Amino acid sequence: MPAKIASDWLNACSGCEIAIVDLGERLLTVLGLVDFVHLPALMDHKYYGQTGQGTHIEIPEADVGIISGGLRNAEHLEVAEEMRKKCKAVIALGTCATHGGIPALANSYENSAIFSRYYSTETTAPNDGTVPGDGVPELLDRCYALDEKIAVDIYLPGCPPHSDQIFEALTAFLEGRSPDLAQKSVCDTCPTIREGKGKLKQMRRFLEAPHYGAPDEPLDRMRCLLEQGFLCMGPVTKAGCGGNRVTPRCISARVPCRGCYGPVKADGNQRLDMLNALASNGIDLGSLPETTSMLRFSGAHHLLGPARQ
Amino acid sequence: MAARTIKIAPITRIEGHATIAIHLDDAGNVADSKVHFQSIRGFEKFVEGKPAEELPRIVNRICGICPWHHHLASNKAVDRCFGVTPTPAGHKLRELVQTIAQAEDKLLHFFFLAAADFVIGPDADYAVRNVIGIAKANPELATKVVQMRYKAKMILEKFAGKAIHPVAGVVGGFAKPLTEADRQWMLADMREILDFALFTIEFAKKDVFPKYLDAIQSLGVIKTGFIGTVDDNGALNLYDGKIRLMKPDGAFADFDVQNYADYIGEQVVPWSYGKFPYAKSWNEGFSLDLENPKGIYRANTLARINVADKMATPRAQAELEEFRSLFGRPAQATLLYHYARLIEEVYACEHAIELLKDPSITDTDVRAKVEPRAGRGVGCVEAPRGTLIHDYSTDDNGLVTRANLIVGTTHNLGPINMSVNQAARALIKDGVADEGILNKVEMAVRAYDP
Repeated sequence: MPAKIASDWLNACSGCEIAIVDLGERLLTVLGLVDFVHLPALMDHKYYGQTGQGTHIEIPEADVGIISGGLRNAEHLEVAEEMRKKCKAVIALGTCATHGGIPALANSYENSAIFSRYYSTETTAPNDGTVPGDGVPELLDRCYALDEKIAVDIYLPGCPPHSDQIFEALTAFLEGRSPDLAQKSVCDTCPTIREGKGKLKQMRRFLEAPHYGAPDEPLDRMRCLLEQGFLCMGPVTKAGCGGNRVTPRCISARVPCRGCYGPVKADGNQRLDMLNALASNGIDLGSLPETTSMLRFSGAHHLLGPARQ
Repeated sequence: MAARTIKIAPITRIEGHATIAIHLDDAGNVADSKVHFQSIRGFEKFVEGKPAEELPRIVNRICGICPWHHHLASNKAVDRCFGVTPTPAGHKLRELVQTIAQAEDKLLHFFFLAAADFVIGPDADYAVRNVIGIAKANPELATKVVQMRYKAKMILEKFAGKAIHPVAGVVGGFAKPLTEADRQWMLADMREILDFALFTIEFAKKDVFPKYLDAIQSLGVIKTGFIGTVDDNGALNLYDGKIRLMKPDGAFADFDVQNYADYIGEQVVPWSYGKFPYAKSWNEGFSLDLENPKGIYRANTLARINVADKMATPRAQAELEEFRSLFGRPAQATLLYHYARLIEEVYACEHAIELLKDPSITDTDVRAKVEPRAGRGVGCVEAPRGTLIHDYSTDDNGLVTRANLIVGTTHNLGPINMSVNQAARALIKDGVADEGILNKVEMAVRAYDP
């Protein structure tokens, strides 16, 4: 019997689901091996029954539940809890689900500050400041990673996870084995040349092109971007973004890593680890314009919070 | 019969998070309906204090289907804040990747999200009314679709590193030049995708749309204005140009996007986190009344096809002429968004080929030098889902002090509410609202590809 899969997206952007579609022809193979029972991106199963008569969210039983996105409102939480109840295993797909992702940058602010900015921008018609509440789910106090509220069996970070890794996770699950996913850092998979930092004291912002030779010069002839003085989060970021081709994707565009796979160890702190690495190499931390951005992918788990008054 | 509320939740085969509530009166007829847009993430707030040059790599997470468009609108806004003009090659490369992303997106929407309603049928069982059902019913077509969309996506990934949540647009231009070898294989791939675009529109005109002529003339039909981007000759442009805001009667005004706030306002409504944009410059206020809407205009494919005087490429122009001879200008029928999408698909493929044929696109000077500074900039592109506006201010150190975003889909939030209301009133009578009927109400949403 084909394995049953339920999949849902919560505080997410749909990039993880598109990464599934980006399996290409492997998608057709996967579709031949599984039955999707719930997948709002591509199929019409409804939470409250097909004609909307139900009173609470119901998702069919499945062998595995795939959830992208963190938890930001009451409905996300209800869906996550229902998925946990109905699925034998839960996969957290993408960095929003595993670590909060970009939307967890909101954790630097109280909800009231977010509402007050959004509903008073220069193009917003004058209003009495009442936050919409009719038929829309109430926000949680902040943005949570999945495992802050439900148990997670498999973590598949990435913004988005590479399609090769999604394929590996799904086929491993179907074959009843553990997926073979990289546990190293981005630097461990990066082909650029490292010669040591030399006299480098300052970090530069990415306002100019890094140095490399001809346009088609292979990456293994280019000097490490961090050693060129550009902040690169590779040392503190989990590898895997290059998929089977291995080379980190941003580096292949000659652009530094920003940490989208989250910390190397699931409970790591990318900001703290990076600041430590820079400081121990004698880099002047004052040359960084700010550091919140170092947690842009992993601000859940209480790592980002509103500034104390 | 007691009054009751029918909930369609979630709306499926769309990109975002939304639900429909249809309120029936005692007689079982539609008293009112609302489309609830459920997401608020707060990008306008949490980008404050971040280095502006980092924003193109943060705000692309607004949408995983159209990250290139957020990425590039953001790059344009940052360029302007810092007072830099991208080099010619940098500009061309940005336009190239944006155009290819448009071509990929339209195949995704038509075949993966929308087509099941037409190819499998609106009343079919939900278990087969989807792309998986299409793959089983017509494996040959499905394989071709999957291959072609994948090819377009992989052009972006192979050349620009990351295709979902891209990084290759940078302040001042583009992160890497295009080599002659890249130009050649990309040209060959895009020619193949153009052939498929031409096949798709013929297939739709012959085998899909004719079966649904009644639905096209009735489902979700409303009368509104339109917004889109045109070049100096009035031809549709997806990457750059002036904004054209057209009234329901076809009269229009063109404006520079730097002045967008004089033309567009956003209404807060109690049933949606998302705000509803409206045409402030019409000075008629905001109303979703079906008979007499005020300030309501639409964005996305049908809107762009309507505001443009013409298409800049030959095959797309021929398609536009045929479309206009059938439906006039501006065409108002909501399901025509699908038809317009396929015309734009042809244009995007033709235009990508034009850009690739220009040998100067391989110029290695792809990035202008830039210093952070205080400034203000509005960046705009046509995202697949509509005119996308990013507006930032920066301080002396180039950190963001203020951001305002008007995202493509949001232009259509008011019109989606109207189309759903119209469809629900027409389809639900005496309390009868079966699965097929409710799916048809959703089809009025899907046309907008929100």
